[in-house]
Amino acid sequence: MSEAIQVHPEYNYKVVRQFAVMTVVWGIIGMAVGVLLAAQLYWPALNFDTPWLTFSRLRPLHTNAVIFAFGGCALFATSLYVVQRTSNVRLFSDKLASFTFWGWQLVIVLAVITLPMGLTSSKEYAELEWPIDILITIVWLSYVINFFGTMVIRKVSHIYVANWFFGAFMLTVAVLHIANSMAIPVSLTKSYSIYAGAVDAMIQWWYGHNAVGFFLTAGFLGMMYYFVPKQAGRPVYSYRLSVVHFWALISLYIWAGPHHLHYTALPDWTQSLGMAMSIILFVPSWGGMINGIMTLSGAWHKLRTDPILRFLVVSLSFYGMSTFEGPMMAIKTVNALSHYTDWTIGHVHSGALGWVAMVSIGSIYHLIPVLFDKPKMYSIKLINVHFWLATIGVVLYIVAMWMSGVLQGLMWRAINSDGTLTYSFVESLEASKPFYLVRFIGGVLVVVGMSIMAYNVYKTIRSESEEKAIEPEVQPA
Amino acid sequence: MSSFWSIWITVITLGSILGCFLLLRWCLSNKTGVAEGDDMHHEFDGIIELNNQLPRWWTILFYICIVWALIYLALYPGLGNYKGLINWQSSNQNIQSLAESRAATEANKTNGVINQYDREVEFANELFAPIFEAYYKQPIPELAKDPEALKIGQRLFSQNCSQCHGSDARGQRGFPNLTDDDWLYGGSPEKITETLINGRKAMMPAQLAAHGEDGIEELVAYVLSLSNRKLSGQKYVDDPSLNQSMVDGGKGRFAVCAACHGQDGKGNQMIGSPNLTDQIWLYGGTDKSITETLRYGRNGVMPAFKTTLGEKKIHLVSAYVYSLSQDK
Repeated sequence: MSEAIQVHPEYNYKVVRQFAVMTVVWGIIGMAVGVLLAAQLYWPALNFDTPWLTFSRLRPLHTNAVIFAFGGCALFATSLYVVQRTSNVRLFSDKLASFTFWGWQLVIVLAVITLPMGLTSSKEYAELEWPIDILITIVWLSYVINFFGTMVIRKVSHIYVANWFFGAFMLTVAVLHIANSMAIPVSLTKSYSIYAGAVDAMIQWWYGHNAVGFFLTAGFLGMMYYFVPKQAGRPVYSYRLSVVHFWALISLYIWAGPHHLHYTALPDWTQSLGMAMSIILFVPSWGGMINGIMTLSGAWHKLRTDPILRFLVVSLSFYGMSTFEGPMMAIKTVNALSHYTDWTIGHVHSGALGWVAMVSIGSIYHLIPVLFDKPKMYSIKLINVHFWLATIGVVLYIVAMWMSGVLQGLMWRAINSDGTLTYSFVESLEASKPFYLVRFIGGVLVVVGMSIMAYNVYKTIRSESEEKAIEPEVQPA
Repeated sequence: MSSFWSIWITVITLGSILGCFLLLRWCLSNKTGVAEGDDMHHEFDGIIELNNQLPRWWTILFYICIVWALIYLALYPGLGNYKGLINWQSSNQNIQSLAESRAATEANKTNGVINQYDREVEFANELFAPIFEAYYKQPIPELAKDPEALKIGQRLFSQNCSQCHGSDARGQRGFPNLTDDDWLYGGSPEKITETLINGRKAMMPAQLAAHGEDGIEELVAYVLSLSNRKLSGQKYVDDPSLNQSMVDGGKGRFAVCAACHGQDGKGNQMIGSPNLTDQIWLYGGTDKSITETLRYGRNGVMPAFKTTLGEKKIHLVSAYVYSLSQDK
């Protein structure tokens, strides 16, 4: 480590602090709505016959809040932090950074208001109506300009791998958002998609799957590539592995959308092509996991004492598991069983809670003391409690959904000796009921963990100590 | 799809896969100018990167997946208009009617196309047709006493009929109860089968234009009187003679209704017109419901199941439905 980079330029931490704190706030809100929905599936009376409390209106609020509010704030916080630190330069524009923060919060607040009102474009994960879509585009452009502007003025010759992933994520999301949200407005609160029929479905899932691929994967891999080596104090395992898996990942993900539409009106060739690309995608996805896990070699003992590192490692394990499960579910024969069942919900949450949430939580725990000039988090013990609550919660959730999903799939296809179906739909729903209770309990554990995190973050920020954060030293390989 | 787009898809698909392969080869051969295992001499905020070789097992996995994908795309449709070596398709896509579907199914057999949906249907028919064939030879009243036959009939009912008539077959507003002795089109085995095969379309014409608001109220009073009831408005309760004069007015107007419901209002199963003298009301028997029925009319549809289920399965559903009203 050379002496020169110990002298940091005056980084813009304000926007990082803002986004980091809002990550925790929106995390609790988004996940709490999810727990309410899980409760409604077990106790349907919990919608209180109130339109804006019904499952149909709160479900898009939950997905938007966890993906774009919680996940979004985590990505903004970490990418804007990482790009400064690894480019050794202050952000390109502080004004744009402020605009991105307040603009994004406005988008979220508008979502919190309009979705329960029932205002929706009815496109999954893109439910917000056209005026909000335009606002998202503008805010996103301010972010893209600021990020790439910072890379342009960087003080180091190379671009760090984390920034490749962040850059790919923000450019692709811009294209996806604009193409998928194209609509003809009929009033301020209602618009109709310009696509129709199978084309609309295909555009929707091209967007939907790449929201997963770029927003929830590439972006968070960027996060992983900074915070894992940093927290472990170890060098990145293989530069060449990061090159292969980066280019293969971004070039293959974009094809995978049709596997959401197996055995539908989508042309056969599109379905097979989506499936073939999804299978190859498995390998570069694991490339990221391997590079993260192998970065820890030589630092495994730190897992015993460092719950932040534990969050990061477990997130990589869930990433590996979901990216094996995903291509498997994209195989038509497997999909014939898994499609439309709770298995899909379990798969999504092993990615969203296991990978996305855990890597974000680990990164935020790393960030908070640095951003607020504290030696460390207020309580390492509470981070540990959070870790176990989150891990047990996620495992309960996904195991319940696997069992429920496979059970549903088998019940739906079971036939009697005369060829008639053995079960009606309601019977399969009844069979799933106990698993819905387990899922609810898992969700509660996750939210309790997040609340403990909020307390810990609050106490850290408020603590008196003025000591500087001690960053782990990088050991030679 | 035009041949331009077909070529476009083929080129970018194979190009992407080939690109992945070349990328893998390129990275395997260490073109970084740094010795294997050494660090890359970049340093970012204290993070350094090593130039380790790609894990061998992972590289092999990559090759396997690429080869697998290429074989899959050779066998199955995927590259634009290319149909694949085994001539497989999921179903008859782009068909617009049942006739087209049947024609396509026949054409597939002669052209050697593997149509997954057709094959599954054919397989199921071969396996299960003998069971239904055997039951088809027995008369419905006999099947209505055969527990095995009724079980099959009930399952078919749960999957095809319960959505409207309820899983207990007691119906709901607008959908008749099948467990009682009241039948719109007749409850004999033959009539039930006829209803199932061809479906039914019921139409109660709207009367508002012909009779006006006052006329409708008089008709409601008369229809209520057929089942010994009165208008429920307070003024009619206070003054029964007022109700009677409404009934008298309605009686005169009922002539037009009698064409379908009969002079005595007992209905006609030949045309499916309901009996108005009992306590069974398909769309509700309150003043308000009857007023709405008279004002705006009603349309009832029982779908035809001839092509969905076929006569042999319908035979068992008929037996099940018939049995429901026989237990009483």
